[in-house]
Amino acid sequence: MHSLWRFLTRRRSGEKTDWTDWVIYAYLILGLFLMLAPVLWMANSSFKSVGNLAEWPPTVLPMVSETVVVAGYEAPLPLYDVTTDTGTKRLAQVRKIGLKAQMIDPDNPEAAKISVNVTDITPVRYMQFGLGNYRTLIAESGQYLGRNLYNSIFITTVATIITLIMNSMAAFALSKYQFRGRNTALLAILATLMIPVTVVLVPVFLIISEMGLTNNSWGIILPVVATPTGVFLLRQYMLTIPDELLEAARMDHASEWRIYWRIILPLATPALAVVGIFSIISRWNEFLLPLLVLNKAEARTLQLALAGYQTETGIRYDQLLAMTTLTALPLAIAFIFLQRYITTGIASTGIK
Amino acid sequence: MAGLQLKNLHKAFGALTVIPSVDLQIEHGEFVVFVGPSGCGKSTLLRLIAGLEQATSGEILIDDANVIDVAAADRGVAMVFQSYALYPHMTVRENLSFGLENIRMAKGEITERVNKAADLLQIGELLDRRPKQLSGGQRQRVAIGRAITRDPKIFLFDEPLSNLDAELRVAMRVEITRLHQRIQNTMIYVTHDQIEAMTMADKIVVLRKGVVEQVGAPLDLYNNPRNLFVAGFIGSPRMNFLEGTIGQGAFQAPGTPDLPLPAGLAVSDGAKVTLGVRPEDLLPVSDGQGWPLRVSVLEQHGSNSYIHCALPSGGEMMLHQPGQSQAREGDILHVRPRADHWHLFGADGLRISA
Repeated sequence: MHSLWRFLTRRRSGEKTDWTDWVIYAYLILGLFLMLAPVLWMANSSFKSVGNLAEWPPTVLPMVSETVVVAGYEAPLPLYDVTTDTGTKRLAQVRKIGLKAQMIDPDNPEAAKISVNVTDITPVRYMQFGLGNYRTLIAESGQYLGRNLYNSIFITTVATIITLIMNSMAAFALSKYQFRGRNTALLAILATLMIPVTVVLVPVFLIISEMGLTNNSWGIILPVVATPTGVFLLRQYMLTIPDELLEAARMDHASEWRIYWRIILPLATPALAVVGIFSIISRWNEFLLPLLVLNKAEARTLQLALAGYQTETGIRYDQLLAMTTLTALPLAIAFIFLQRYITTGIASTGIK
Repeated sequence: MAGLQLKNLHKAFGALTVIPSVDLQIEHGEFVVFVGPSGCGKSTLLRLIAGLEQATSGEILIDDANVIDVAAADRGVAMVFQSYALYPHMTVRENLSFGLENIRMAKGEITERVNKAADLLQIGELLDRRPKQLSGGQRQRVAIGRAITRDPKIFLFDEPLSNLDAELRVAMRVEITRLHQRIQNTMIYVTHDQIEAMTMADKIVVLRKGVVEQVGAPLDLYNNPRNLFVAGFIGSPRMNFLEGTIGQGAFQAPGTPDLPLPAGLAVSDGAKVTLGVRPEDLLPVSDGQGWPLRVSVLEQHGSNSYIHCALPSGGEMMLHQPGQSQAREGDILHVRPRADHWHLFGADGLRISA
């Protein structure tokens, strides 16, 4: 804890706070705010009730109206602070008619109802992170939510594993073997970066559909397992692994496969983590290709299911927020576990 | 026995010929040092023997079997790399056993071999550490240990001491020599440091531009260098050279008294030659009897003194005197090469001998 505090209050030099320190910290805090605020707002809002969400001006924290059960009334009644000439009283509202509200004293339900102006009453509220949205989401989203989640996880995991293996094998060959056309091959791979995904979307879809992979997770996995950035990033990293290590392994009777598996892969872990996290993010968030390929409800991924909350009648923000938060969660977790590798990986490959 | 023979070995990288043609015979159990300036092809030669480079043509015979088409791993050689090339993600034990696991050796035997090598090199307590946690000298030992566990016919060392500091280098030099005495394997050692070559080798191979200049025991090379290059390369500080001509049966150079040729050394008058004499073979004589050398820099080593001098004609001369010299800058010292301890080299660079 102490070291964390020391880290957070680090200064440019020794004890004195330089003006550059102020600038740097201000910049960093601004950046932190810009990056984090929308995410926090989303997560925070997902705990708000439908009514609370629709309020203007919005409340920062999720607020819930306090209610009270009054004898003679079936449903709990909302509590209000009523300002009268004699002071402030806490009353329950029975109903609202136009600009008048009929109030009742919960401690004395026998007494007559009091009619007050709506401008004189303010609801009694307290902060509560309600899980209502999540409950409704799970209850109402139907039988496919679990299936959608499974699809997303399956596609992300399998595609990432295959991506790592394919890309690292290509990178190994491109960085450690001398063969004719090596640079041409690398250039050809990198050149594909210049082609926007949308341009090849239709041909890709045609291929997938010819292969009979529509409405199948493999139809999403296979077209994207080899990524030029991944190959390039891994190749750059593998160039830094000394050739002498490979030669030593070769003299140690290691087959080429064993060199790849036991020497190259473990040593390329930081770069693999970077490629891995990028793959996880892009596979998990992938939208366009799944939208074309996966039409059946049970074949859809979470991202497609999310889009489903936008109907002709409008957007169900309560559900959407809950779902978005849930969807973003796995990525945040992946990031937390891999961030150590990501920073070292980015630092050592020099690529982001 | 594990002898090594190179026949007509030729290596070219594209149009660039690195090794024109090498013939060499190495006997079993010999400690052979390849020495030469950087870029002389000594490392390439070693890598050819190891099988890490493919020879363009020629033969490599290990135990009289041609291994030119045999993969590096199957040649029965083990190599210690300049950078040690220890697998950084493996512990010392894993580093030592990796090669044995690859040939599917039984676990028990692997442990036995690893422990034996660890005992031999006194790295037993390091077995569970990673290379990063070791000092340079320890890494060096692990690298040698990895070679030992494989029980090779021939050990190859590629400048293994160049990454160590001077003190450790001297210690490791002795250790490797001792190791050789104990295990008695054939060892080939590449270095650019002629002191390593002199102190460790049974046989030195001096290379220049891929050509073997001379092969022989260290003192053979020191006492009888075949040509100017070997004469200048072997020995530290290096041999002094003085250009001159032969006249009236003596070596003549401007500003120096004639030096009569030893009997039996027949050189025609007027031939341009180079005289070579080692710093310790320049003996002080009385004034007028020898070369008058002007002292420019004095290096005191305590037990020895090295005096940088200049000839009247401008040439540089190095003088070695045992003990502590009293010479000062600007002094004139009179010296003369010790009889039979100087060499003459012809215009072609070859030594002129009787």
